[in-house]
Amino acid sequence: MITTWKTIVAGFGGQGVLTIGRMLAYAGMIEDKEVTFIPSYGAEMRGGTANCTTIVSDHPISSPVINSANLVVAMNLQSLVKFEAMIDTGMYLFYNSSVIKTEPTRNDLQIFPIPANEQASELGAPRSANIVMLGAVIRRTNMLQLDSVESALSKEFYGSKASLLSKNIEALYAFEQ
Amino acid sequence: MTRKVLMKGNEAFGEAAIRAGCRFYVGYPITPQNELVEYMSRELPEHGGTFIQSESELATINIAYGIGVAGGDCLISSSSPGIALMQEGFSFACMAEVPIVILNVSRSGPGIGGIQPGQSDYFQMTRGGGNGDYRIPVFTPATMQEAVNTIYGSFEIANRYRNPVSIMVDGMMGQMMEPVVLPEAKAPLAEERIAAEKPWALVGRGTKPTRNVIKAYAPNTTILETQVLRLFKKYESMEAELPEAVLTDVEDAEMVFVAYGSAARIVAEVMTILKERGIRTGLIRPKTVWPFPNGAFDRLGERTKIVVSVELSMGQMIDDIERAVRGRYPVRLINRAGGIIPTSEEISRIAEEMIGAYR
Amino acid sequence: MKPIYEKTIGMTEAELSYCPGCGHGIAHKLIMDVLDKKGLLGDTIGVSPIGCSVIAHQYMNVEMCEAAHGRAPAVATGIKRVHPDKFVYTYQGDGDLASIGTTEIVHAAVRAENICVFFINNAIYGMTGGQMAPTTLIGQRATTAVLGRDAVRNGRPIHVSEMLATIEGAAYVERVSIDSPAAIRKTRKAIERVVEVQQRKLGLAFLEILSTCPTNWGVTAPEAMSWLRENMIPYYPLGVLKRPEGI
Repeated sequence: MITTWKTIVAGFGGQGVLTIGRMLAYAGMIEDKEVTFIPSYGAEMRGGTANCTTIVSDHPISSPVINSANLVVAMNLQSLVKFEAMIDTGMYLFYNSSVIKTEPTRNDLQIFPIPANEQASELGAPRSANIVMLGAVIRRTNMLQLDSVESALSKEFYGSKASLLSKNIEALYAFEQ
Repeated sequence: MTRKVLMKGNEAFGEAAIRAGCRFYVGYPITPQNELVEYMSRELPEHGGTFIQSESELATINIAYGIGVAGGDCLISSSSPGIALMQEGFSFACMAEVPIVILNVSRSGPGIGGIQPGQSDYFQMTRGGGNGDYRIPVFTPATMQEAVNTIYGSFEIANRYRNPVSIMVDGMMGQMMEPVVLPEAKAPLAEERIAAEKPWALVGRGTKPTRNVIKAYAPNTTILETQVLRLFKKYESMEAELPEAVLTDVEDAEMVFVAYGSAARIVAEVMTILKERGIRTGLIRPKTVWPFPNGAFDRLGERTKIVVSVELSMGQMIDDIERAVRGRYPVRLINRAGGIIPTSEEISRIAEEMIGAYR
Repeated sequence: MKPIYEKTIGMTEAELSYCPGCGHGIAHKLIMDVLDKKGLLGDTIGVSPIGCSVIAHQYMNVEMCEAAHGRAPAVATGIKRVHPDKFVYTYQGDGDLASIGTTEIVHAAVRAENICVFFINNAIYGMTGGQMAPTTLIGQRATTAVLGRDAVRNGRPIHVSEMLATIEGAAYVERVSIDSPAAIRKTRKAIERVVEVQQRKLGLAFLEILSTCPTNWGVTAPEAMSWLRENMIPYYPLGVLKRPEGI
C-alpha cells in the first residue's frame, strides 16, 4: 500500500501535463490527503518540455522536491528519456504510446503504454488526451477515487471553460470502456 | 471545519493581502512572481481597490511610498533584481517612517542570474542595499499557510511601527500549490477614516491647527542624529518583539541545522533520513531573519557538536548564525547556488560525512 | 484704508532661504496664492523634489512630503490614488525632472494621472553648485562644462514640454516665465488653468516655468532676469503647447 505518491508528469508544453499534475493534487485535497504541486517554470516551458511534481500523501509533506518518483507520466519521448531513471524499482511508468514509439529501457517497473491521443480523438476530443491519461493512471494505480478526480475537473473547467467539462469527464472514463 | 483551497503561492499571497484589507498594489512583471501581479490586476478592482502596473520597480516603490504617505495600505512585490532597484525607496521610506509591505519572491543571482529559486537575497533583505542606518523586518515563511498568515498580519505590523515590512519567499513557494485555509476578510481602511487611524498621514490640512509634513531630508547634523536615534529606539523594540523561530528536537541533537523557507522544508526530510542512519539532528527554522532569533541558539545543549546552515546561496545567513552561536559550536555550511535545489538525499550524504569529523 | 497687496496665507511665516534673485520665491508664492484664492489650501497635498526646493514645505503652507530625486510624479501618483478628490501637485527642478526623473514624469503622463506638475527650469543644478543640467543651453557655463556646454561633447538641451506634449495622457502643457511683471501675471493665469485641469480630472497638467539662478549663472539678480529673457526664451519658446477643450 503506497501512502505517499511522488509523481512526475512531463511532456511538451501544450499537452496539458500541468493539468494532470494539478488534478491529482486537487483530487488528493478533496480526499483530505496532504498534497503539494510544483510546476517547472520559465524559459524552459516555451516550446520545450514542461513538467511538474505532485505529491499526494497520507502524512504531512515536508519537501515538495523529490529524490525519486513512484509514478511517472511521460507524454512525449524526451520526458520518458529524462524521467525513466528516477522511478523506484517496482513502481509505475505510464507513457503516451500515441506519441512515443520507443519502448522504455527499464524492465523492473510496472509499465503502461496508453494510446491517449487515439482514445481522445475517438471521443471527438483530441485536446483531452491528458485527461484520458489521467483516467488511465487512476484506474491502474487506484491512488485516488475517480469521483474525486471528476470533482477536481469541475473546478478546472468552469466559467469560460465550463463547456469543456462534459467532454473531459467522458475522457476521464474513456480508458477501458 | 474551515475550508481548504488549493492555490498557487503567488495567488494565495495576493488573496491574503486583499483579505487583510489591502486595497493598493503596485507591481512590475518579473519572474517568478508574475501570477501575483496578474492576480491583483484581476481581483483588486473587483474589491474596489487600485492596481497599478508601474514602469519600473523604482516607480513601484515610489508610488507605494506615495500611497503610504497618503495613509493607504499598500503591497508591492517583485523578485530579486527588481528588489535591488527598490533599495533607494526602502531607505527613504524608513527615514520618512512610511509603512509599506514588500514581498520578495526571490530567485538566484547575482546580475540577472536565473529565474530558479534562490536564497541569495539574504544580505539584500536583511542588510539592505539602501544608504544609511535603517532596518526593515524580514519574515521568512516556509509553508503556504504560514506565508498567507504572515502577509495577512504584516500590514498591522508595518502600521504599528510606521516602517516598511518585508516577506521573503523564494520562487518555489511562489510557484507551488499547497492547500491553504484563507483568513477571514477584514474591511479595508476607508479614505475618510485615514485621518483618524493614521494621524500622521497626508490627507490635506483641512481645518487642522497644524499641517503634516513627511520628510526624509535633515537640514543639519543634530536633526539627523536625533531622527536616527529615534528610529533606532523603534528598531530596538522590533528586536525585542519580532524575532521568531521554530525549534525541532534541538535539545537532544548532535547536529543542529539552521534553515529557512524552502531550504527548511528539505531539511525536515533530511532529519528523517538521518534519524534512520542513527544521527540525532535538530532544526532551528527562523521565521524572521531580521531581527534574527538569536535566543533560539541558547537552547542548544552540551550534546550539540555542530551547527549547520543550509542555504540556497553561497552562505549568507551563516554570518548571523555565527554571531548568535558566539563561538560555542563550530558552524558549517551545506549549500547549492545558481537556482539548484538540493535533494534531501544529497544534503543527507554531505551531513553524514560532516558529522563524522566531530564525533 | 484698502490694502493693495497682502501676503498670501498659502505661504508660511518662515523667511525664504533661497538666494536673492532666485525664481523659487516667485513661483512658490504664485502657486500658493492661486490655491488660496481657489479655496484649495486645506485640500492640497504637495510633493517637493530633491534640489534647492526640497525644503519647499517650509514655505508652502499645505500638507507635503519629500520625494527621492526625480521620483515626485510616482509619489504623487500614489497620493492621488488614495485621495482622488484632493488637489495633488509636484514641484520639481530641471535636474530632478528632466534628468534623473525623466522616466517617472513620462509615465505619470502616460497613465494620465490627475496631478499637476510645476517644472522649474533654470537650466542648471542649483543645490549641488552649478553643474550642467539636461536643460543647460549651448555655450552656457557650468562647473561640469567650464568652457560652456558643447553640443558634440554634451549633447543638446532637452525640450521637456515639447516631449510631454506628444503623450496623450498629458492633458495640458504650457511653458511660462517669471522674468517680468507681465510674465508673472501670465504665469498666474497658467497656474489657474492647470489647477482647473486637475479639478476636472482631465489628465496630467504640466507647467514649465522658466526661472533664474543668479548664483550659479554668475550674474546679479537683475541681470538674471534679462539673461533668462535673452537666452532661455529663444531656445524654450513660451506658450501653450496643448490644452483640452474648455480650458
